[in-house]
Amino acid sequence: MTATSTTATEPLVRPRRSSAFRRGLQDWLPRIVLAPSFAVIVLFVYGFIIFTVYLSMTSSTLLPRFDFIGLGNYVKLFDLPNWWIALKNLAIFGSLYIVICCVLGLLLAILLDQKIRGEGVLRPIYLYPMALSFIVTGTAWKWFLDPGIGLDHTMHALGWTSFHFGWIKDREMAIYTVVIAAVWQSSGFVMAMFLAGLRGIDTEIMRAAQIDGAGPWQLYRRIIIPMLRPAFLSAFVVLAHMAIKSYDLVIALTNGGPGRATELPATFMYSYTFTRSQMAIGAASAVVMLMMVASIIVPYLYSELSTEREQ
Amino acid sequence: MSTATEGPQLGSGSVFGRAILYAVLIVFAVYYLLPLVIMLLNSVKPLDEIRSGNLIAPPQHWTLQPWLSAWSEAQVGVQATGLKPYFVNSFLMVIPAVTISMVLGAINGYVLTKYRFKGDSIVFGLILFSCFIPFQIVLIPMAKVLGTLGIAGTVPGLVLVHVVYGLGFTTLFFRNYYAAFPTELIRSAQVDGAGFFRIFWRILLPSSGPIIVVTIIWQFTNIWNDFLFGASFSDFDSQPMTVALNNLVSSSTGVKEYNVHFAGAVLAALPTLVVYIVSGRYFVRGLMAGAVKG
Amino acid sequence: MYKKFVSTFAGLATGAALFVGSAAAQETVEVLHWWTAGGEAAALNVLKKQLEEEGVTWEDMPVAGGSGVQAMTVLRSRVTSGNAPTAVQMLGYDITEWADQGVVADLSDLASKENWDNVVPTALQKFSKNSEGQWIAAPVDVHSTNWMWANKKIFDEVGVEGDIKDWDQLIEVLDKIKEAGYTPVAYGGQPWQDATVFEAVVLATGGPDFYKKALNDFDEETLGSDTMKQVFDRMTKLHDYVDPNFSGRDWNLATAMVINGKAAVQFMGDWAKGEFLRADMKPGEDFVCQRFPGTEGSVLFNSDQFVMFKVGEDKRDAQLKLASAVMSPEFQIAFNKVKGSVPARTDVAPDEFDACAQKGMKQLAEANENNHLYGSLAHGYGAPSAVKNAVFDVVTAHFNGEYTSEEAVQALVDAVASAR
Repeated sequence: MTATSTTATEPLVRPRRSSAFRRGLQDWLPRIVLAPSFAVIVLFVYGFIIFTVYLSMTSSTLLPRFDFIGLGNYVKLFDLPNWWIALKNLAIFGSLYIVICCVLGLLLAILLDQKIRGEGVLRPIYLYPMALSFIVTGTAWKWFLDPGIGLDHTMHALGWTSFHFGWIKDREMAIYTVVIAAVWQSSGFVMAMFLAGLRGIDTEIMRAAQIDGAGPWQLYRRIIIPMLRPAFLSAFVVLAHMAIKSYDLVIALTNGGPGRATELPATFMYSYTFTRSQMAIGAASAVVMLMMVASIIVPYLYSELSTEREQ
Repeated sequence: MSTATEGPQLGSGSVFGRAILYAVLIVFAVYYLLPLVIMLLNSVKPLDEIRSGNLIAPPQHWTLQPWLSAWSEAQVGVQATGLKPYFVNSFLMVIPAVTISMVLGAINGYVLTKYRFKGDSIVFGLILFSCFIPFQIVLIPMAKVLGTLGIAGTVPGLVLVHVVYGLGFTTLFFRNYYAAFPTELIRSAQVDGAGFFRIFWRILLPSSGPIIVVTIIWQFTNIWNDFLFGASFSDFDSQPMTVALNNLVSSSTGVKEYNVHFAGAVLAALPTLVVYIVSGRYFVRGLMAGAVKG
Repeated sequence: MYKKFVSTFAGLATGAALFVGSAAAQETVEVLHWWTAGGEAAALNVLKKQLEEEGVTWEDMPVAGGSGVQAMTVLRSRVTSGNAPTAVQMLGYDITEWADQGVVADLSDLASKENWDNVVPTALQKFSKNSEGQWIAAPVDVHSTNWMWANKKIFDEVGVEGDIKDWDQLIEVLDKIKEAGYTPVAYGGQPWQDATVFEAVVLATGGPDFYKKALNDFDEETLGSDTMKQVFDRMTKLHDYVDPNFSGRDWNLATAMVINGKAAVQFMGDWAKGEFLRADMKPGEDFVCQRFPGTEGSVLFNSDQFVMFKVGEDKRDAQLKLASAVMSPEFQIAFNKVKGSVPARTDVAPDEFDACAQKGMKQLAEANENNHLYGSLAHGYGAPSAVKNAVFDVVTAHFNGEYTSEEAVQALVDAVASAR
């Protein structure tokens, strides 16, 4: 990174008479300006998490109630078939979504990095889905995937009558259509992250390897892709949090169906907390979800922040 | 920053190899464009044609009526106002929310990289973790806080909510960006007697262009597209556009005017699309400098 | 403690509202509802205009989403923040649950003045009052869910004359239609639609008392009975008559299949009628409306009501004006003609309504007198949301082939027990 700043060379300020108070203020100022953000986060994030944890141990239904009843809601939660379906779907959806987005994003980034004419046109095309709300793009996908009116119907109309693509109506396959639409939405974003990573690699290293006689494929496999580690990690965090939070997409595309085949923890939580007036169970599922998120994010943060320390 | 390099050539640059390369890229472009094309095609068809016909077929009778309807005539509540009035509400909410969360994020990033103190990593970790809180759980306690502060159902209330839950990302972006900024420059300015804000204003901010773009894109899209907070914390006179769009498309009874829905959806997405297209060139550059660094 | 909290903040918010509101002396009502589609929203506009004539400004707070799912979430946040709307559209047990939170307003004086007790169907009143018998809500309409809609041309083609009397005859007809090459049943596979058909089958199979015991009282023995197994078997049978793309289909698209002559019948509430009328089809001539075969004489109802929330004294007068306007025969007629439902008062003259609605009004009045008017489970009048959705889970899972009928009966008993 060669972030040069022309202003840095100019004399910024005239040396000033410094008083003890001023110096003291300057020492504390950074912490003072950080404090409001930190306080807000402590209250609105951690305070609310504690609130939710407590709520999950009460008998809350329509609105919060503050009677402590212990861990019964967790027992109930893991007795519910819907919750297990949601967890299983998250495992399928989450792993496919993350892997496909990363592979596709990397592939597209490498291809776009080949001195492509028209990159300026292609890049926004790959990126734009991230800008749209799923309230309606979900509907577009739903239509497209619906055998009665979408792709299937079109292929038949074009004369390919043996064509069949009815995953969205199929209990076993419907979750994969959620993957297709989700990959559509975010793989372009992942592509941008990888592209940025590729562009940030020091050309000297590549040149050195090329002099050693490495071909382009080898170069990618041995040198470049391993150097994208930070980009992979960032992509993983962004994708993991989106997989766990996926709500709009499922609601717009399948609304959890056919049957309850595409229920995910986020839809489960919303439905129990708000639609079904079983707020305590919804809170319990939220706590489990938070623990899952933490189990992914905390090790990542720890490793990232401690490697930085070493540098 | 202008020395962005292209990667090593695959397929030894033969014409055939290049042709395949372009073909693959174009196939993916089609995949990404498909839903938008479906939405656009069907937004200029009469409703009968959508019901009876082929989704991907071009319209036989072009009509702009669905667009007019979505903009100013469709029923999104008791009155047939279209989406028009809700754009104002959304902008009133989005612009301050993006600005404030960005300024705070920038200052946080500045402090966390250039004025490191004991435990700063923990503070950063705690702030960052807030990106991952499921929004559904904050609804009820947030409503209580907004009620206590007396800003429930107001634009300032919505701005507060979006600032709070955007801070994690903005802090992350700016921190990673400023981490790569030479600390020596800051130190020498300090020696010259420049104060905290002066250094920020004169040294860091002028070179923050790319990361500001990334932050604007990210925050603008997220806040603009948010439905849950927008619906829950707004009043009759502050409902944002997504709530109106939802009212337009997901009313459970009555005729579903899909052409109007699609036109409305594209209209509603226009501001975010414009932001992406206008600033897209800087987006990768900004990511390069900030978000993908460890 | 929570109630205290809420009311404290309601008080604070009132204070703030007084302060802000003093500049504009005009009376206002803020109404949270989910009627955003053309016809019904326009019908609500009638109410708005009526109120404006009385000097009350309507502040519109629409939040769409299937049976008010989103609107109820919004309501939670509004009430928690001490900023409750004046009136909220609500269904069945949601009303009861909110009334138990002590956040709704008492309309008893107005109700006794306008004699609501005598004009609103008895079974419905239970849902318009709180546990102390005070009126807290004004019902706007009465929908009924056990209807069957059919394409007359297809019926003529396969030779159906008069009403279909019972299940066996229905199956005969459906078989004939299938042979003739049509999709017999236009079906939308969404949980609430599955449940709408399911409750009609329960009523047809077990009769009125069975329905009440099973889906209003949730008697465990009834739920686990052989009759219930038969109900599930019949649902399986119906599955033979739907097209393969039923899953996730919106109800109005299913109605369109009947209108276009692709499918013969749809089992759906009376709101489907509006779709036929809008397609310029005439009841009796182009389409048939009859009760779900075997359920004649009983009515499963569902009613949209405006629940009044506790607001400051300054808004109280406007609130009462709103409640009174909702209950006025003029509005009831104007609104229900558009909505496809019938008025929530039994003393309204049927002259202005179409043939199907007149049939519906007569049957409603009869069912009310004979005590054969039952709450629809699918629409929130059979059970609180937890139980309702637990039943939806089982019915939907069974219809999509996850359970056999035996398993479904057991799952139903378990799900209801765990949700209660």
